[in-house]
Amino acid sequence: MSGENHSEPHVKLQITSQPRYLCGARELIQAIAKRIGFDEMSCSQIALALDEALCNVMRHGYQERTDGLIWVDIWATGDEDDVPGLTIVIEDEGGQVDPATIRSRDLDEVRPGGLGVHIIQQIMDSVRYEKREGGRGMRLILNKRLVPQVEASAS
Amino acid sequence: MAEAEQIEVQINRHPAGLVVRPVGDVDLSRSPSFRGELKKVLDEGPGRLVIDLSSVPYMDSSGVATLVECLQIARRGSIPLVLCAMQTKVRSVFEIARLDSVFTISESVETALEA
Repeated sequence: MSGENHSEPHVKLQITSQPRYLCGARELIQAIAKRIGFDEMSCSQIALALDEALCNVMRHGYQERTDGLIWVDIWATGDEDDVPGLTIVIEDEGGQVDPATIRSRDLDEVRPGGLGVHIIQQIMDSVRYEKREGGRGMRLILNKRLVPQVEASAS
Repeated sequence: MAEAEQIEVQINRHPAGLVVRPVGDVDLSRSPSFRGELKKVLDEGPGRLVIDLSSVPYMDSSGVATLVECLQIARRGSIPLVLCAMQTKVRSVFEIARLDSVFTISESVETALEA
């Protein structure tokens, strides 16, 4: 359960930490984002952000073990008074790190790897990491606001 | 360790260089296979290496990292490396990662072989 959203998720996905299933998570979130009203490029980028977040869990949280569990909870916001958009919460039971140490690397340094956090931060409107209760696993809370087309084209 | 999925890679030899065309999504499950294919190609020491991304609808940062590694190896061997025919969504990943100015990127295989 997210630290801020206490309603039941509209969609719940559980996958193992096996990279071959990333495609399924991408397809799912793209379809939901499209139905909410995000344009095609935004849908693709939201899928990329989710993919990067799951990759980080698989590589760092589970150290490339393929039998770890990852939960993705999705809320489509905007049905009531809140801002239209998507909230995605990703939880795992892997290793814990201090959220303050999770940051994007220096992009001036051209080297392979370390781009995932930067990509997530660039795409999503808010990104928050937390340690899960009980001493195991991390929780990542992502929000993406649906920008009305008029506002999007004006910016 | 995760069991890597194999990626389909088509290779065409031209007088001006070698053209590698991966087919399908390049994500964490396929990047290790893609990396292996590129290393084999680089070991041949081509006069020019063109990576045709026209059949790659999706790439994540593991795919981008594979190409950055390939670029570094190519530079060490003085092999010109050109990416070409990127789909818009793939190009946006390079732009977000601010790598679009690091690579030589061409519109087509033909222009990449001349770049």
